[in-house]
Amino acid sequence: MIRSPIILIEAALGLVLTLLAAVALGGQGALVTVLVFAVWIIGTLINLRLAAGGRGAGLAPLVLGLTLLGMWELAVRGFGISPVILPPPSAIAVRIAGSLPILWEDFVQTVIKGALSGYVIGCGAALITAVIVDRFDFLRRGLLPVGNFVAALPVIGIAPILVMWFGFDWQSKAAVVVVMVFFPMLVNAVEGLRATEPMQRDLMHTYAAGYWTALVKMRLPAALPFVFNGLKIASTLALIGAIVAEFFGSPIRGMGFRISTSVGLLALDLVWAEIVVAAIAGSAFYGAIALIEKRMTFWHPSQRGR
Amino acid sequence: MRNILPVLTVILALLVVWYAAAFQLNKQWALDMAARQDRVMTTQQLIADTWAQDKPKLPAPHQVAVELWETVALKNVTSRRSLVYHAWVTLSATLAGFGLGTLLGTLLAVGIVYSRVMDLSVMPWVIASQTIPILAIAPMIIVVLNAIGISGLLPKAMISMYLSFFPVVVGMVKGLRSPSQMELDQMCTWNASGVQEFIKLRLPASMPYLFASLKIAMAASLVGAIVGELPTGAVAGLGARLLAGSYYGQTIQIWSALFMAAAVAAAAVGIIGIVQRATLKRMGLDR
Repeated sequence: MIRSPIILIEAALGLVLTLLAAVALGGQGALVTVLVFAVWIIGTLINLRLAAGGRGAGLAPLVLGLTLLGMWELAVRGFGISPVILPPPSAIAVRIAGSLPILWEDFVQTVIKGALSGYVIGCGAALITAVIVDRFDFLRRGLLPVGNFVAALPVIGIAPILVMWFGFDWQSKAAVVVVMVFFPMLVNAVEGLRATEPMQRDLMHTYAAGYWTALVKMRLPAALPFVFNGLKIASTLALIGAIVAEFFGSPIRGMGFRISTSVGLLALDLVWAEIVVAAIAGSAFYGAIALIEKRMTFWHPSQRGR
Repeated sequence: MRNILPVLTVILALLVVWYAAAFQLNKQWALDMAARQDRVMTTQQLIADTWAQDKPKLPAPHQVAVELWETVALKNVTSRRSLVYHAWVTLSATLAGFGLGTLLGTLLAVGIVYSRVMDLSVMPWVIASQTIPILAIAPMIIVVLNAIGISGLLPKAMISMYLSFFPVVVGMVKGLRSPSQMELDQMCTWNASGVQEFIKLRLPASMPYLFASLKIAMAASLVGAIVGELPTGAVAGLGARLLAGSYYGQTIQIWSALFMAAAVAAAAVGIIGIVQRATLKRMGLDR
């Protein structure tokens, strides 16, 4: 099944680069380079087998991840890269195991208090605004271009202002998150509320359904795929907003605070530990929303195909 | 064009809300000052004062406009006091990162479309890479790259690249796969080689998707460049202006930097839109 030319080109290129590096470095460097390359080849071969087999294809990303981690570990140890620049994965794992209380405290401060509360308030407010905007065509035509414009702006820039207004604690972080998620959510929800077809609207009309009945029974369910799209975009934005807002001032806990102070102390293993926590939190957040979406919009074509 | 009136109404409403908020937020300080000097202010004086403070909590729109005019039009472009100079510093990093990100994204997308192994193994990691709040670790990346001797434009561009390659990958994979089986079969009957199929069918078919992605990527890389300027005491760029403004309580400076960033984002995305329209029109895809 190794028919795809890309892989062959990739392998050839990798081989040439490795040999060049090995020749240039000589001695131990050469050995390490060859070892790193060997790990990569093994990973690729396993993945080729998985891709060809069809069964167990879900493992392919896992194999790639392990391959990359292996290469990272080997390269850092082999080339003697200072832990101040890039700590090996094993050191990061040790650090995570060793400082669970700190990580948990930061997680609660940033994710639960800052990001989650802002996310709920922002998305809720955007949904309500969307229903109002949808009711009045004039508002829709006026607000939608403005909303689209604001959604493309570097909204993160208002973080210092909001920190100035709401103080250093989690309230200001939640405020940043509210502003960041509001417009993407609004644009998606308004789009979704318009997603019904004339035929469906006519059917509701023949049932003598009023505005509210039609809204609850037809247009809100029809808007769900768009709403979930907005919720997914907002979930990553929320985490970023809460962490970056902490760079402009925060109490002595929180992921953003820990990252910026640990960089100053050159404790990069703690920084990476926070990054791992943030990545897990972000993926879990996104995954949870995707799961709810699957449950609630099972009727939509994008969900049926799987 | 028919949207002009509603849009203007909304903007006008925003301005009114802004003036009202400025009055409300700055009132306390003005009252305190008056009490300290044993003055009694009429409402009119109070309103005038809240809209003309030196370091207000929320500057009034006209204060920001004046500051923008002074730092954009009245200063020499090469001067450090000129906002145009700072905007250019940020924009150059943005454009470098945007170019690199687009290149990387396109290459990855081609790989994913043509290789099942890459599709299976790389795609989930591309998605996972975006759940890492890269903006949050931007300071660390900058510091580390500084430590190994890479400084200036490149670290910021790397962050912009990381943020901008993702929309391009997703859009291009969708676009390169958008030709139907019928069209692919047609290429086959013409005895087209793989390269020909790519250049004459898949690449043109992906253009609408590419442009939609490019707009998102451009906005994302601008955010990346601005956040990249926050740490390590950057001296130039819009992000540095934001940080300096927040340190010294220069709210007017913060707001003018924000508006400059908005203008840069709007201009950059607008230019992509113009190129998009021209390209798609020439390709006959304009609808």
